[in-house]
Amino acid sequence: MTQARPAIAVAGLRKRYGTGETAMDALKGVDLTVQPGEVIGLIGPSGSGKSTLLKCLGAVTEPSAGRIDLDGETVYENGWRNRDPRALRRDRIGFVFQAPYLIPFLDVTDNVALPLLLAGWSKREARQRARELLTALDVAQRAHVAITQLSGGEQQRVAIARALANQPPIILADEPTAPLDSERALAVVRILNRMAQQYRTAIIVVTHDEKIIPTFKRLYHIRDGRTYEDAGAGRELD
Amino acid sequence: MINLAGRDILHSWGKYAFTGLGLGLLIGVTLSMAGIYRGMVDDGKALLGNSGADLWVVQQDTLGPYAEPSSLRDDLYRSLLGLPGVQRAANVTYLTMQVRHADQDTRVMVVGMQPGQPGAPRYLIAGRQIERAHYEAVADIKTGFQLGERIRIRRQDYTVVGLTRRMVSASGDPMLFIPLRDAQEAQFLKDSDALHNERARLRANPALNRPGLPGLVESLARAQESSHTVNAVLVQTAPGWDAEAVAGDIRRWKHLQAYTQAQMEEVLIVKLIATSARQIGVFLVILAVVSAAIVSFIIYTMTLGKLREIAVLKLIGARNRTIAAMILQEALGLGLIGFVVGKSVATLWAPYFPKYVLLEPGDAVRGFAAVLLICALASTLAIRTALRVDPATAIGG
Ligand SMILES: Nc1ncnc2c1ncn2[C@@H]1O[C@H](COP(=O)(O)OP(=O)(O)OP(=O)(O)O)[C@@H](O)[C@H]1O
Ligand SMILES: [Mg+2]
Repeated sequence: MTQARPAIAVAGLRKRYGTGETAMDALKGVDLTVQPGEVIGLIGPSGSGKSTLLKCLGAVTEPSAGRIDLDGETVYENGWRNRDPRALRRDRIGFVFQAPYLIPFLDVTDNVALPLLLAGWSKREARQRARELLTALDVAQRAHVAITQLSGGEQQRVAIARALANQPPIILADEPTAPLDSERALAVVRILNRMAQQYRTAIIVVTHDEKIIPTFKRLYHIRDGRTYEDAGAGRELD
Repeated sequence: MINLAGRDILHSWGKYAFTGLGLGLLIGVTLSMAGIYRGMVDDGKALLGNSGADLWVVQQDTLGPYAEPSSLRDDLYRSLLGLPGVQRAANVTYLTMQVRHADQDTRVMVVGMQPGQPGAPRYLIAGRQIERAHYEAVADIKTGFQLGERIRIRRQDYTVVGLTRRMVSASGDPMLFIPLRDAQEAQFLKDSDALHNERARLRANPALNRPGLPGLVESLARAQESSHTVNAVLVQTAPGWDAEAVAGDIRRWKHLQAYTQAQMEEVLIVKLIATSARQIGVFLVILAVVSAAIVSFIIYTMTLGKLREIAVLKLIGARNRTIAAMILQEALGLGLIGFVVGKSVATLWAPYFPKYVLLEPGDAVRGFAAVLLICALASTLAIRTALRVDPATAIGG
């Protein structure tokens, strides 16, 4: 990999929860880079700080120290550079969670169009793009049903479509395959890989899922608040 | 941007419809309460307006004839007619009593008046005015009496010859107009046993039963059996005369109380129904507080049920404003449903109230504004909770 500008570059990132005696260091100096179009895996034991790292990268939780560069731009260095983390989330980052958390009172298309509508797109254009994504993710035939009528796998694909809607350079996925059987889990990973290639999106996938771990070309381990790159990852694919 | 509140209401329309219905019934009760008050005021105004009088002359130091008993000699009107500015003056009596009709008692206000004079019914909706000197009656339609029907007042039968509308006393009893003489008799007439005893006592009184004075007892008895009092004299002022100026003269020279129409309204509305109005006012305040509590509780619970969605909305970049607007609009939507239901049921059940219920459009508009205001205030608790939601909770652990 020789790209000059990684999509995500994290250096010495720390996060402390609480203060005084109850203070708890969840991240103790995380270093990590992800190139555009790359899907990396992040694995580690429970409580090791995986979700905390995603929340910091996703501008949901403010880190305590360190630096985050997105697309070559420093967005955090001992304080948010961009004064509005909400806009950062809206414009630069897509989220996929363990549960799809779709909005039950919107239909499939509008769930996918929602990030665009929030960013000020017109209804027509936002829905047009939502339909394209649903087609790409093979759920176009379900475009107008209520969320409750979708299967778990379909819901997760709709959630991925929503994460992709505003063409974010970065997607953060926290155990996206946890509720799915292995076949569907692998299908979701294939989709993420395809999307990464198609849209040059950098994707971090946090997972416990043994079945999908071998699919990552690069793998980070996180233990006790520190990251280690797995040199042996991706060999199975070669 | 799509309307999130509208979508949510459509999605869980059953919940909104039911809570809206409940709130609507409450709003309906509120509007009816206001309507009852308006009806009382309007009844009072109709009573004054339909009497055709400019001045009400009553006993000194009383608020008569509607709010307090007032008693005047029935020849007083002649001296009033002599005053400058007085065009017409007529005696009236008011007596609230039960009248038997179709085997049941109906509560009416019997008005003794002289046909064609102030105090007589001005507009009939059926039949004719009283033409004979005795035992004819004109009844308000609310009495339920029919034209040609015979009704009994005290010891006399009367024939209903005409019908009026919206002629009710200040307490809502329909009016029954009869000739003044009959009314004076009815007012004074005791039941026959009492009358009998009275006569026996007179005859037994040796001071009255002297030889050489024949007929004394009889004329005394007759004097006791008829009345020469009335409750008020209604006066019409001559054209070009200021009612208040004429009233001033009457007060000064005749030692009587005289009220103009405006003053009479003041007595009826401010004094007579003031307690009822305050009663209704307190009730309205309680209803407003209860509605506010209900709306705020419902909106709060609905918001608690949506915290996850709200966290997701925040995570994907929704502004606080967007989320606050969603909750506010849902509260207003609930208020709108409630108001439509409330206005409809209030209109539907208004005719079933025994007293006149006047639903003024102005009250509906004010009620609508109050409902929206209450809903907006009630949503603040839910909005504050929603704005405190941490988007991180959408990601979970
Ligand atoms: N909001 C918080 N306040 C205090 N401590 C927290 C908070 N969130 C996480 N922690 C702590 O930080 C540590 C890392 O938590 P985190 O959720 O990142 O773990 P994780 O690796 O995602 O675990 P899991 O695999 O169980 O999801 C844990 O010890 C957790 O208790
Ligand atoms: Mg986690």
